[in-house]
Amino acid sequence: MPEAVFVRPDSLSDVSTHYCPGCTHGIIHRLVAEVIDELGIRDRTVGVAPVGCSVLAYNYFDCDFHEAAHGRAPAVATGIKRARPDLAVFSYQGDGDLASIGMAEIVHCANRGEKITVVFVNNAIYGMTGGQMAPTTMPGQVATTCQMGRDVDLVGHPIRVAELISTLRTPAFIARASSHSPLAAVNAKEMLRRAFTYQVEERCFSLVEVLSTCPTNWGLTPAESTEWLEKTMLPYYPLGVFKTPDGDDRAPLPRKP
Amino acid sequence: MAKKLMKGAEAIGEAAVQAGCHLFFGYPITPQNEIPEYLSSRMPQVGGAFVQAESEVASINMLYGAAGAGERVMTSSSSPGISLMAEGISYCAGAELPVVIVNIMRAGPGLGGILPSQADYFQTTKGMAHGDFRLLALAPWSIQEAADLVQDAFDLADYYRNPVMVVGDGLIGQMMEPVEFYEDRQPIKELPPKTWASTGWKRDRPKAIINSLFLDPAELERHNFHLKEKYDLMERDEVRFATYGAVDSADVVIIAYGTVARVCLSAIEALEQEGIKVAMVRPITLWPFPYKAVREVASKAKDILVVELSTGQMIEDVRLALHRPRPIHFHCRLGGMLVSPEEVIDKVKAIKAGTSEEVQHA
Ligand SMILES: Cc1ncc(C[n+]2csc(CCOP(=O)(O)OP(=O)(O)O)c2C)c(N)n1
Ligand code: SF4
Ligand SMILES: [Mg+2]
Repeated sequence: MPEAVFVRPDSLSDVSTHYCPGCTHGIIHRLVAEVIDELGIRDRTVGVAPVGCSVLAYNYFDCDFHEAAHGRAPAVATGIKRARPDLAVFSYQGDGDLASIGMAEIVHCANRGEKITVVFVNNAIYGMTGGQMAPTTMPGQVATTCQMGRDVDLVGHPIRVAELISTLRTPAFIARASSHSPLAAVNAKEMLRRAFTYQVEERCFSLVEVLSTCPTNWGLTPAESTEWLEKTMLPYYPLGVFKTPDGDDRAPLPRKP
Repeated sequence: MAKKLMKGAEAIGEAAVQAGCHLFFGYPITPQNEIPEYLSSRMPQVGGAFVQAESEVASINMLYGAAGAGERVMTSSSSPGISLMAEGISYCAGAELPVVIVNIMRAGPGLGGILPSQADYFQTTKGMAHGDFRLLALAPWSIQEAADLVQDAFDLADYYRNPVMVVGDGLIGQMMEPVEFYEDRQPIKELPPKTWASTGWKRDRPKAIINSLFLDPAELERHNFHLKEKYDLMERDEVRFATYGAVDSADVVIIAYGTVARVCLSAIEALEQEGIKVAMVRPITLWPFPYKAVREVASKAKDILVVELSTGQMIEDVRLALHRPRPIHFHCRLGGMLVSPEEVIDKVKAIKAGTSEEVQHA
């Protein structure tokens, strides 16, 4: 009997997604689903989808879901978790959603120490609305609302969310990972596993920033996209664990994937 | 339970707890701060949660989460805060979530003032936010009624799976009056279990998706018609009002709601002593508006007077209620100033004497 060595995680629905070819949203979905499966929490997990390319995540994850207003997923997750502390609650948010319109919600959710997990997908662009500049767009990166490239003198520098959130005093697990290579994905899954585990153990708020590609709006092929992520984003967005609830939390602990 | 002297804000908070609401999310704003203050210590006593949110935007989205998870939940705010909640209220209506929102109205526009007002009538009844939805709105005129309506609001919200708003002015928040909570209170509606809620999917029901997004226009149209059916039922079954005075033979019929109606009732009683017959229709639901009651009482009265703490927002609904154009008189105070019984008495006398100017419409 041949043994299946690569199957769809139970926590992913058996449907095809609408993501563009080469988009790593799909990979990140899979990593999250594998972690949920492995922790055995699917039947008590509730996800919160953002407004962004992953708005339809509720169709792709095979668990109960809320679709939140743009940026408000951490508030929605707070409501769910406070109502039902026995549930495992995660939000899945893009960089426009989390770091622009929803900046207040994410900071205060983290600062209250809500025992939820945030999967923060940073693709340095507003994917869904067609490639406008995001708070995470790289200096010089061309977007439809900064057609000469991001001018940091005019609009400031890209926001490093993992670093920013990890300055909060409240205990938390904060890490940054990436999705641009198989090795990076393995590391990202480990970060997600730790994040969900902290929640399941009722320890703390957890957030994993995952660098992601948007070939469509970056105007690159999938292969060029992973290369661009590695060359341009990685130096500015270092991977690693920035904070753990155990207190070894001030200095980033860079971790090479 | 025996009657207890309570401040309006506390009675509203306690009513929520009595209705089985163990979750409150809100952001401070005058003149309703006593509601969250009371619940910040009361919720933990009943094993619930109080969260001071970072903004009203966050509060309403916390309601969206908690209601979606199947629990009773409330927020309270005042006018500018309600404006910030508008997007989230629209999402709750779209996703059919039962949430209860208390608006202790203050004077506006903008930052306005902190004193009593009814300036948010349009906002409450005519489309608070984007999209084709309705908000069931209850307007108490006393602390006891506020306590009763808050409890009813939870039943109505659950029954219709729709946001319900309790609208009061600053007086409702600040006044002290005797209040009674009834131990054997039964829900005013038959409430089915919330099998649609996101409580963790154990494969014993369809997957719960709390959502207002319908990218397929045909599906969204079906959803819109489904919502419309609910609004039609509310219009049929949930209209609430009270009438006072000489409803069958009034010289003047007053239309007023909330604490303004109480002031008007004092005026009506004084005028009665002088042989002047005045009736009043008091809408208790601002939406659905008691069009029929207003029409019937107005048809038997010589003149119509609207009294409000706004520049005349409710006049639009009174005009809609009448079968044919009729003169409408209007009296208001604004900016946090209150209507006095004397002002109403003078206005009624002026109407009778033919010296009151009627409201002009182009
Ligand atoms: C209140 C509001 N403002 C604007 C929008 C439009 N909008 C939809 S998605 C989006 C940006 C999403 O970008 P991001 O969060 O980075 O997600 P991505 O698509 O890149 O995964 C915007 C601005 C909206 N839906 N709601
Ligand atoms: S637009 Fe970008 S982020 Fe959105 S699905 Fe396509 S590649 Fe992915
Ligand atoms: Mg993005």
